Amino acid sequence: MGHVLDATATPTPPDAMGAGPGPVRALDPRTRILAAGAFALVTVAIDSLLVLLIPLAMAGVALLAARLPMRQTLKRMVAVDGFILFLVVLLPFSVPGEAAFYLFGWPASWAGIAQAGAIALKANAIVLMLLALVGSMEPTALGHALVRLRVPALLVHLLLFTVRYIAVVDGEYHRQRRAMTMRAFRPGTNWHSLRSLGYLIGMLLVRALERSERILQAMKCRGFTGRLPLLSDMRFRRRDALFAALLLAMLTGLLALDRLHVGAH
Amino acid sequence: MSALIEAADLHFAYPQRPPVLAGASLSLSPGERLAITGPNGAGKSTLLQILVGLLRPQAGQVRAFGAERCEEADFHEVRRRVGLVFQDPDDQLFCPTVAEDVAFGPLNLGQSRTDALAMVDQVLSQLDLTSLRDRVTHKLSGGEKRLVSLAGVLAMAPDVLLLDEPTNALDEETTARLIEILLELPQAMLIVSHDPHFRRRVVTRTLRLRNGVLAPPEPACVPI
Repeated sequence: MGHVLDATATPTPPDAMGAGPGPVRALDPRTRILAAGAFALVTVAIDSLLVLLIPLAMAGVALLAARLPMRQTLKRMVAVDGFILFLVVLLPFSVPGEAAFYLFGWPASWAGIAQAGAIALKANAIVLMLLALVGSMEPTALGHALVRLRVPALLVHLLLFTVRYIAVVDGEYHRQRRAMTMRAFRPGTNWHSLRSLGYLIGMLLVRALERSERILQAMKCRGFTGRLPLLSDMRFRRRDALFAALLLAMLTGLLALDRLHVGAH
Repeated sequence: MSALIEAADLHFAYPQRPPVLAGASLSLSPGERLAITGPNGAGKSTLLQILVGLLRPQAGQVRAFGAERCEEADFHEVRRRVGLVFQDPDDQLFCPTVAEDVAFGPLNLGQSRTDALAMVDQVLSQLDLTSLRDRVTHKLSGGEKRLVSLAGVLAMAPDVLLLDEPTNALDEETTARLIEILLELPQAMLIVSHDPHFRRRVVTRTLRLRNGVLAPPEPACVPI
């Protein structure tokens, strides 16, 4: 597996490695999005548990190369694992097969454990790779790259405006909550609390809607006709081609290895 | 007479920012209407939020109604007795109708629905806002929102009023009406305001917040 690790670690010439942004950030955002997509597709297609360790390792290396803050990234991982935890815990008991052990009289099957393991490995590998390749770019860069990848402009506008205004809505929520606290509101299990929190959410929605209309008016006043001009300039470079070629080779290798491994059983 | 609210040597900084308060102290006595002025971003709103425990200072003490206030639980009583009118009335008005919004505070104080609604009518008539009683809050004009948010606070019968830029975005007529209302209220007030005419009419004393410290303002023209 040594050569695999080396391969992902050197997608860029050595001189770019030492530069501030790091090797992953030197790649074109479009390359990173497509790479993450291809990686996810191949990882999902792999059946062998053993072979699945390779994509996980690749994602780990990409994470190091992306130089993301470790703590924060692992926190996000844990959040994602929270979603699949339920599935992973239940699968051994819901998939029929030879019993591995019993819990309160319920049999846990080997087949279920294997499936749960595969799901956990796949999910973690894909999320790690997404965080490393896509999560390391500015949300606006993601939006611009998506437009250039011919994703419908409407969806991209949704993304860009969400990124821009989610903090505004969040700020509004917190200011209103503070104002409620100031009028001696302490949430409890009663109708008054439920009604008040309901009003709060309703008011946030009404305000967000009104704000969006005001924003649109302001945009129209500045000549908006449904197209956001994108100033970013993106270019595929040699390192993108190199990275794409290496990744493609590795993904093909992974698929072949998986066929061999599964075929051997 | 002892002070209603006292703050001593408050220090506060937002994360990764230079300190906004660096040893600010003040005291508010009954019947006083104290103005706080200072440049934008000097920390005036922060100061108000510290006084009612929405923010905790990194150092310094807050005393209110004769007791030291440190923990969240200490501030529950403070918030029952101090009314804070926010800078943006939209932060405060969140119920569908004016009557519901004004009743929100009294209900939080444990009043029955009937008592709360009686309080609503009393406060609305006191501020001459009865005609707005069943209006939808987010469709009020800016001036109406300001007065209704004041009504929502007055309905809790506070001992002290904290007003954050009360004349912001008000026209002259509504400002005059607000001044009239405030002068008739018995409560002690702490008013953050940039409006010199408003301050001259309303306040009894002024402090200036500068470089994180509160001090009496220097006279505008210094005799040579």
